Amino acid sequence: MGGAGGRPRRGAHVVGLTGAPGSGKSTLARALARVARARGRTVGVIAVDPSSPFSGGAILGDRIRMNDLALDPGVFIRSMATRGALGGLCRAAADAVDLMDAAGFGLVLVETVGVGQDEVDVMRLTHSVVVVSVPGLGDDIQALKAGVLEIADVHVVNKADREGADRTLAELRAMLTLVPAAADAWMPPVLGASAAREEGIEAVADALDGHLAHLKTSGELERRRRTMVTARVLRIVQDLVAETLLGPGALDADRAQLERVLRRELTPHACARALLGRAAERGRSRDVRP
Amino acid sequence: MTPDPIRVLVAKVGLDGHDRGAKVVARCLRDAGMDVVYTGLHRTPEEVVAAAIQEDVDVLGVSLLSGAHLTLIPKIVELMREAGAGDMLLIVGGVIPDEDVPALRALGAADVLLQDSPPETIVHRVRELVAARQPR
Repeated sequence: MGGAGGRPRRGAHVVGLTGAPGSGKSTLARALARVARARGRTVGVIAVDPSSPFSGGAILGDRIRMNDLALDPGVFIRSMATRGALGGLCRAAADAVDLMDAAGFGLVLVETVGVGQDEVDVMRLTHSVVVVSVPGLGDDIQALKAGVLEIADVHVVNKADREGADRTLAELRAMLTLVPAAADAWMPPVLGASAAREEGIEAVADALDGHLAHLKTSGELERRRRTMVTARVLRIVQDLVAETLLGPGALDADRAQLERVLRRELTPHACARALLGRAAERGRSRDVRP
Repeated sequence: MTPDPIRVLVAKVGLDGHDRGAKVVARCLRDAGMDVVYTGLHRTPEEVVAAAIQEDVDVLGVSLLSGAHLTLIPKIVELMREAGAGDMLLIVGGVIPDEDVPALRALGAADVLLQDSPPETIVHRVRELVAARQPR
């Protein structure tokens, strides 16, 4: 699907929700959707769950946390499977965001799969990223590491009614103050919440509104849009190249080379370069399919 | 490119509180390479049909062990018709007396798979019915 391209942008605030499996992303999506509805905004939700690396199938279970939204005509929820994409989303997520934007939703929530430390595609698709943490999963060294925690525009410590929440809040706040920020830079707020009890959700919604306002006044929104478009086009190019040059059967002619790698006569790097060279020759002889 | 996986919504409606069977079916369909949306227990026909439409599924699978199938399935069929989801296949499963199966088929269920259906049969029927359906 690529037809959403030439459509006018309608101005949805696209918000990413990411965090570990079971941290409460779906429940937070429901709670945020309810706050947005109470504030008169319509809400689109894109919820991504993983595809099996073995069968390719998927159980899409995020909806279960949002069942009571299904009958509200101002909310539209669509579940998607990763289908082999590795960055926490699926390839069609960007197109789905475009469609929800074009359909006029005021808020679009994009919920990633449960992530570990390094699945950061959501920052290239959304205006604001909420990273959901929970008490008891790590210490201040975990909070110091690069990756998912770095991409937060708003930190939410969910299940904040549980033991250890104060410590998690403190560690995240301490991490953010280790390096001095520019005076006009956005300082990600660190907020405690209980999505299941719907406590602290208004503050998260306010923080997201504040972040969008900051993006607009600072000119960062325009910069992010540029980065997002570039990343998206490059990703499509990557997929097209892979699909065109390495489609079904592409490796058949190279079995002998792969056997040589197995026998340690050829390095994986040399084999891959040779394989790509031959694929490119084949591509030149029959034009890359648009 | 490989064709898109078949999308199925597995739903439990009404007061029936047993979903081990529905979960087994969801898992089998997943292992057969399908995208399976599961709604959880105690949904209403309205919620289930709204979810099936938002998820644009090929198949709506409703599991019933409660004996309320002749009350709930007609309601689901009516809501699907109202929503213009006539191209979506409805498959009913669970504990259903044999003598009620013709009535469910007459209502518009594409198939009724009873509790003794082996997983391979369920996967096979879903594939067969989706393949036979008019292209959308």
